Amino acid sequence: MRLMLKGGRVIDPAGGRDGAFDVLVEDGRIARIGRDLPVDGAEVFEMKRGWIVAPGLIDIHVHLREPGQEHKETVATGTASAVVGGFTAVACMPNTEPVNDHAGITQFILKKAAEAQLARVYPIGAVSIGSRGEQLAELGEQKLAGCVAFTDDGRPVATALLMRRALEYAGMLGVPVIDHCEDPSLKGDGVAHEGYFASQLGLRGIPGAAESIMVERDVSLAELAGAHVHIAHMSARQSIRAVRAGKERGVRVTCEVAPHHFTLTDEALDGPVKYDTNLKMNPPLRSLEDRDAMLDGIADGTVDVIATDHAPHHADEKMAEFDRAPFGIVGLETAVPIVFDRLVHTGRISLRRMIELLSTNPAKVMNLPGGTLGEGAPADITILAPDSPVTIEASAMKSKSKNTPFDGWEMKGAVVATIVGGRIVYRAGGA
Amino acid sequence: MEAPAAAALKSRHLLGVAGLDAGEITLILDTAVAMKEIGGRAIKKVPTLRGRTVVNLFFEPSTRTRTSFEIAEKRLSADTLSIATATSSVTKGESLLDTVRNLEAMAPDMIVMRHASSGAPHLLARTCRSAIINAGDGTHEHPTQALLDAFTIREHKGRLAGLKIAIVGDLLHSRVLRSNVLLLNTMGADVWACGPATLMPAGLERFGVRATTSVNEAIAGADVVMMLRIQHERMHGHFIPSVREYFTLFGLTPDRMRLAAPDAIVMHPGPMNRGVEIDSEVADGPFSVILAQVANGVAVRMAVLYLLSGRDADGALDEH
Repeated sequence: MRLMLKGGRVIDPAGGRDGAFDVLVEDGRIARIGRDLPVDGAEVFEMKRGWIVAPGLIDIHVHLREPGQEHKETVATGTASAVVGGFTAVACMPNTEPVNDHAGITQFILKKAAEAQLARVYPIGAVSIGSRGEQLAELGEQKLAGCVAFTDDGRPVATALLMRRALEYAGMLGVPVIDHCEDPSLKGDGVAHEGYFASQLGLRGIPGAAESIMVERDVSLAELAGAHVHIAHMSARQSIRAVRAGKERGVRVTCEVAPHHFTLTDEALDGPVKYDTNLKMNPPLRSLEDRDAMLDGIADGTVDVIATDHAPHHADEKMAEFDRAPFGIVGLETAVPIVFDRLVHTGRISLRRMIELLSTNPAKVMNLPGGTLGEGAPADITILAPDSPVTIEASAMKSKSKNTPFDGWEMKGAVVATIVGGRIVYRAGGA
Repeated sequence: MEAPAAAALKSRHLLGVAGLDAGEITLILDTAVAMKEIGGRAIKKVPTLRGRTVVNLFFEPSTRTRTSFEIAEKRLSADTLSIATATSSVTKGESLLDTVRNLEAMAPDMIVMRHASSGAPHLLARTCRSAIINAGDGTHEHPTQALLDAFTIREHKGRLAGLKIAIVGDLLHSRVLRSNVLLLNTMGADVWACGPATLMPAGLERFGVRATTSVNEAIAGADVVMMLRIQHERMHGHFIPSVREYFTLFGLTPDRMRLAAPDAIVMHPGPMNRGVEIDSEVADGPFSVILAQVANGVAVRMAVLYLLSGRDADGALDEH
């Protein structure tokens, strides 16, 4: 099967390409990129004016909930959500039930992904057995089964010693350790960012230092182990400082920020709908200063990756008292419009930087195939329309859960089509 | 200058002091004056809420507030029932919304709720038909307490505007603090908040209070000294080393009371820990209006129930 993407603007930071090119896809791979390529019997996908042909977007922080919490999401519904959001690949977190601390569970997830035939799925294994922070899981076996990184996400890697060993061992295997940075004693039973708004609403606070203290620890341990640590969902300005300082002295530290953390602040908790549990996530929405520090970090290169922390929860679970509702929001189907609207169209980052944050760098951080449109690479491609208006409609989402604070938001910047292995797995209406 | 009373309350719920303007607060306090008169009669009952059903839904233990609401409801002739957590289906794993939906199927007019989660009444107000009265939600608000405190201050001082009011104690966990600060600021008082640094909420400076860790500074020249309860379990979160030390540093003693204005009053929302935040000599002394607060609580809650019932004022308070 041959497919010709005709007349789009190809932006491929990894290949150093930015310009009007045709892309010929053959047998699931990118066969040729060039100007005015002959169609020669290929199926033609005509690009409209302004459309971008980008290497497939990759979200390295997604909760697919299967096995164990299929009422929230499954591999099939999660990957359906991914491709609508423009993601050709996702890396899924191990806090399933049971925890993905074993090759058998990794294989199960990969089997479900193969059946769904939508986005590629890269499982992330647990650092410790049951993510309990007591005993190192069989990282080598898990890697052989297909894990691309390790984390006890949802919880920080419990002790400095375990983190050190995990970094050394995973470093030997050539994969990163991802940490959900949060000092448990400082977090306590907090549910919102510690500051004026939580205080006024009577919500128990989580200070920014609960996160940055652990980021500082991990940067020091990555330095000690000479290994790669990746900091998940950064939210506090002190964390940005810690990563920046680590990078400056050559530590192998990378980090990600989620769209809600560079878009919203804790002020949103104060209305118009007070105590909206779709504004409850961990780490919490932080202050304006923190939000601005995320924007600065994204613009200046401190932040490597934008990842959604897609965390589906059933409506019944979210329709609860704020402090009793679970943490997290869905993110796969809102990320692209938010990035366009809040980062690109505001002039904070270029289109090229956007592709780096959503494709090139996620592939690099996790050593994944993809993230490039080089000839011979897998034909994972996302087609974007930067100027198309989008209205977020939670009820229309493909994710099994609809827990988003962005319902009804009108933004500019849309996904036109998602191509995985040369197959068009999503095509927007009218495209 | 006090704001003239509003003609009616804007909201059909009382979720907090937040959202009430000075005119509405004055309306509630003025209405409570008439309600207090009813409580002084031989027959303490008017037919105002006859045929109305009020459910008191208490998910946290409470003696004073629940009794106060029950008496207020009975004096207005409402049909009332009280549900406490121990007897509710919450222990069977039912969600708050399902519990309340079931109650609503039996068509109550008002639900008075106390709940350990901040914002729980706001969740109900979004989805329920009944008028919701917040009787204390987590560490967020306790609006009827602030209203009865204001009523008591006004009764003794004739006004709220311009008074120096010192609120001393566990500021972090106090819903009484939050509601009082909102109310007293709206009414133009000079509010001071004092407590240990460990028990001050983040961003306190944006609450519109003068914050201090010096109890003497807070009390100096105060017209009203309002003490907040210190819970013994606060020692477990490393908030204070001991209640003994707390009393040494922050307890309201006769000596400290001498720093206040000569005609100052002492208040406490209860339940009171004698010898922890307040010396018995002060609690039972001539400055104390602590029991007057309790008495006024009934009148203020009658006023709130009445104003939220949607009845107009003409003749509704006549003896029957």
